[in-house]
Order: sequence, then C-alpha cells, then structure tokens
Amino acid sequence: MAGLKKRSMSDKAFDTSVYVLMAIVGIVTLYPFLNVLAISFNNSIDTVRGGITIFPREFTLDNYIKIFEFEGLMTGFKNSVLRTVLGTGIGVLAASMMAYTLSRTDFQARRWMSVIFAATMYFSGGLIPTYMLIRKLDLISTFWVYIIPAILSVWNVFVVRSYIDGLPIALQESGKIDGANDWTIFWKIILPLCQPVLATIALFIAVGHWNAWFDTYLYNSQRPEFTTLQYELMKVLQSTQASTNYRDPNSQQNIAAVSPESIKMAITIVVTVPILVVYPFLQKYFVKGMTLGAVKS
Amino acid sequence: MKSLSTGDRAQEATRKPKSRFWGKMLQQRYLYLMSLPFVIWIFVFSYMPIWGWLMAFQNYKPKFGILNQKWVGFDQFIELFSDDRFYLVLRNTLGMSIMGLIVSFTVPVAFALLLNEIKGQFFKRSIQTISYLPHFVSWVVVAGIVTKMLSADGGAVNQLLMTLHLIDEPIQFMAKGEWFWSIVTASDMWKETGWNSIIFLAAMSGIDQEQYEAATVDGAGRFRKMWHITLPGIRTTFMVLFILSIGHLISIGFEKQFLLGNPLVIDYAEVLDLYALNYGINLSRYSYGTAIGIFNSVVSLILVFSANWIYKRVTKESVI
Repeated sequence: MAGLKKRSMSDKAFDTSVYVLMAIVGIVTLYPFLNVLAISFNNSIDTVRGGITIFPREFTLDNYIKIFEFEGLMTGFKNSVLRTVLGTGIGVLAASMMAYTLSRTDFQARRWMSVIFAATMYFSGGLIPTYMLIRKLDLISTFWVYIIPAILSVWNVFVVRSYIDGLPIALQESGKIDGANDWTIFWKIILPLCQPVLATIALFIAVGHWNAWFDTYLYNSQRPEFTTLQYELMKVLQSTQASTNYRDPNSQQNIAAVSPESIKMAITIVVTVPILVVYPFLQKYFVKGMTLGAVKS
Repeated sequence: MKSLSTGDRAQEATRKPKSRFWGKMLQQRYLYLMSLPFVIWIFVFSYMPIWGWLMAFQNYKPKFGILNQKWVGFDQFIELFSDDRFYLVLRNTLGMSIMGLIVSFTVPVAFALLLNEIKGQFFKRSIQTISYLPHFVSWVVVAGIVTKMLSADGGAVNQLLMTLHLIDEPIQFMAKGEWFWSIVTASDMWKETGWNSIIFLAAMSGIDQEQYEAATVDGAGRFRKMWHITLPGIRTTFMVLFILSIGHLISIGFEKQFLLGNPLVIDYAEVLDLYALNYGINLSRYSYGTAIGIFNSVVSLILVFSANWIYKRVTKESVI
C-alpha cells in the first residue's frame, strides 16, 4: 500500500514536471510571434525606446497603413499569391497524375519510370548546373521561373502513390467494368478518393511557394515587376537601420529608415499570417501525410 | 481483374509478340499521356544538370556550347583542393551539419517522449499545434525573429540572461563568429522540433498497448516503460530517418547561413553552397562552382551508402 502511494506521488511529480516543461516549450515557441505582433501595432517612434513584450504600449495601425504605400510590397504580394495559387494547382495535379500511373501495377512503363523518379532522391546537379540550365531555357527574368522548375516533387509523388496503394483496388475495377478509361478513372474515382492526401501535399507545396525567396534573389533580382513578398521582406530585414540599401525605386522613399522596427515587424506579420491561419485546419491531414511519406521512403 | 486479365492474355497470345507490346501501349495511352510529360520534365530538370557536370572539366565560357569548350581535365578540382578557403568552408559545413544532426535526432525524440506521457488531450493538442507553427514560417522571417531575439539592444535572450544575473552586459551574439554555429543549430531546433516529432509520435502510437500493461503488472515505472518499450518501439523509424539524413550531412543548404550570417561572422557562416554561389555565380566562375557541386554530390552519395552498409552489417536490414 505504501509502495503504491509512493509511486503515485512520484507519478504526480513526473506529470507536473512534464506539463511545466511542455508549457515552457509552448511559451518559447509563441513568445517571439507575440512580440513581433505587439511591436507591429506599436507606435514606431515609441518602439525605439524598447521594452515591448507582448502588448503594444502605444497602439496604432499606422505601420500597416504605411506599408500599403509601398509599391515593391504590393507587387510582391501579387506575385506571391499568383505563384502560390498557380504553383499549388499545377503541383497537386502533376503529383497525383504521376502517382496514379506509378501505382498501376499493370502499367507497362511503371518499372523504369519508378527507377528514374526514385534515383533523383539520391543526387542533385547542384546550384551552378541548375542555374546554367535555367539560363539556357530562357527562364531568367520571367515569372515562369517560379512555376516550371517546381512543377513536380518526387517526394510528393511517392506520398500520393502510397496513399493510392492503400485504397481498395475494387473501386478501380468497378470503374473498368463500367467501361471507363484510365483518364476517367483518374478524374472520377482516384482524385475524389485522394482528397486527404491531396490536401496535405497542397499545403506543403503552397508553403514552399509562399516562403520561397532564393529563386527571386537568383533569377529575378533585376526585375522589380517579378519580385515576391519574401524577397522584399528579406531586403527590408537584411538592411540594418544605419544602411539605406532598401529603396523604393519610384518614390525614393526609404522605408527602413523612416521607421525601422515597427514597420519591419508589420511586414513580417503580413507575410506570415496567411499561412498561419490555414495550417491548424489541415493538421490532421498533414500529420497523416508525413507518416505516409516516411513509411514509403 | 483476374478473369479480365486472363481474357486479355488469351486474346493477345494469338497475336505476334511485337504487336502485343504496341497494342498494350495503345491500350494504356492515357497512362502514358499522364506520365510522359513529367518524365520529360524530370529528365530536363534533374538529369540535364548532371550533363552540366562536364563544365567542371572545362574552362566554361557561356558564349560557346558545352561541347565547344576548352577542356582542362581535373584542374578545377586541383585548384579547389588547394584553396585554404575550401577547407574552412568544409569545416563550417560539417560543424553545423553534425550539430544539426545531433540536435534534430535527440530533441524531437525527447519532445515526443514527453508529449506522449501527457494525458490531457486538449493540452497535448494545443502544444502540438503550437510546436508546428514555426515550421510553416519562412527562414526569412525566422532569421528576422532570431536576430531580434538575440539583439544586444534589448533582445529577449540578453534581457533574460541579465535578469537571471548570468551575464553582466549583453552579448553581441550576431557579431561573434564563435556563436554562429550554435545560433544556426538553435534556430533550426526552434523551427523544426515540433515538426520532426510528428513522425516519432506516430511511431509511438503504433506501439502495442498490451506491452505497457504487462510492464505495469511487472511493476515497471514510467521511466522504465519509456526506456524499455517506447524507445525500442521507435527504433526502426529512427534509424531509417537517421541514415537518410547522413546522406544530407554535407548538403545542408545555405538558406540559414545566408540569412543569419553577416560579414562579421563570414569565416564561420560560409558553407559549401554559399562558396559555390559566390564563386560560381557572383564571380561567374561556372566551372569552379560546378566542381564544388560535384564534390558535394559525390560525398553525399558515399555517405548515405556507407551509412546504409554499416546499418546492414549491424542489423541485417537495409534502408535503401
């Protein structure tokens, strides 16, 4: 009896410390975001005094209003939305089509195609050869450099494929008996059944597109009309308060110098929020999708 | 399906073998239609760059075609291996990737283990959702946040350390090279721990509950159960992921280093890809940059296959 009681005591102590530790993890994760949020709503001159934690001291919306006057950001926003929507649509369709054909055990070309796709997971041409290829294809200084080189992700193909492999085969056969061809089976039977896994890869692809900045830096840094939101934010954040290397070419107004900290944080929030409002709703899907992908690999 | 395919086979057997191939191809035309464009795509975007490796054995000038170049044999590699900077960069790459490897395989497991012990579903779910959050945020934003938190001028970390009287004056984290590797590792940990734990949590939920019950009857405490049941239960998952990561030991990318680094810490921040970027693109030395890329790829392949080989020797299983 005494032993039982002792164990439950140490059990309680253990539980409590786990809860406390997890709460600390939660705070450490959340605090920086709340801090950024508070500063973005704080008067930019007051921010310089420092000491803002998770509540704004002098609440204002000015920072957000100010960033809307900024042309680079508006163009960037437009391009980021466009590439995310277009890239996700194409990416999901491409991955599911490829996955479907690779899942068909009776498909003639299945073997060599699988090998060709799987092999790419173990090597990459590297930065320079890829750059030279993009150059040769005349994709530099175009919007399409965001879409075409990113059409397919082999990882996503395998995730969708292992999902299709898990579907009851009878469903496809019933389509065949009804005389449907492979194209119809794909659209009418496979795609609707794959919705959960498609939601997962759609999230992955969309996040990838929305968060990308390096392709803009490498291929479109000379073309302000093809800039993206992350690249604009990168330029703002990388410019220190002293330097003035972030200029709007049109108005010659220097955003980083006008009101550095609060404006920077407001842009950060604008760039981050769209994805943060989406992911919690897709959580149950992507947790499954992650597991599926790992099992397959 | 069985009856259908035997029917097909009987019908096809009457034809010549050659027309059987083409007949099947015609019959599967939609499958070809759905896959061939992507096969061509992957050929262009994943295999064509390998063709570009020829550049490393030339003195490549973009105005001529790749086959009309001056061939220089292994000159680029000889130059690479005799550059002191290369060894510095290699040190940085390996240093940060080994630190990253250790942290990304211990912290998420520990996190998953502890989370697995929590019985309150609401609390557990909230912590999980919060922990996934930084994964979805771009490195641009994370680098901004990290710089802000570590700033010597009112950054949260310095203030916390000062309040706890661990330091007397703020540390210039971002300006000191010796901090750089730890900053990169810690940022990565902050961003990806929750995300990396997903897979371990999934593996844990697959463990047979009867094992725990049997252990309880035998008088095992929580720690013993974690040690003898939960950890062995995720062993396979752990090993598979670990071996695959070893392949990426040298190709750790450059995003974090690019965004968190600055001229003050460049001797600690420059990694292989950044080195390739500087020489290959900014200085237009394409051949040299390609040679760096080849070194990178070859070492990665060797690493992943030797890791798999060792694993196979030890456990008689293969990951690849």
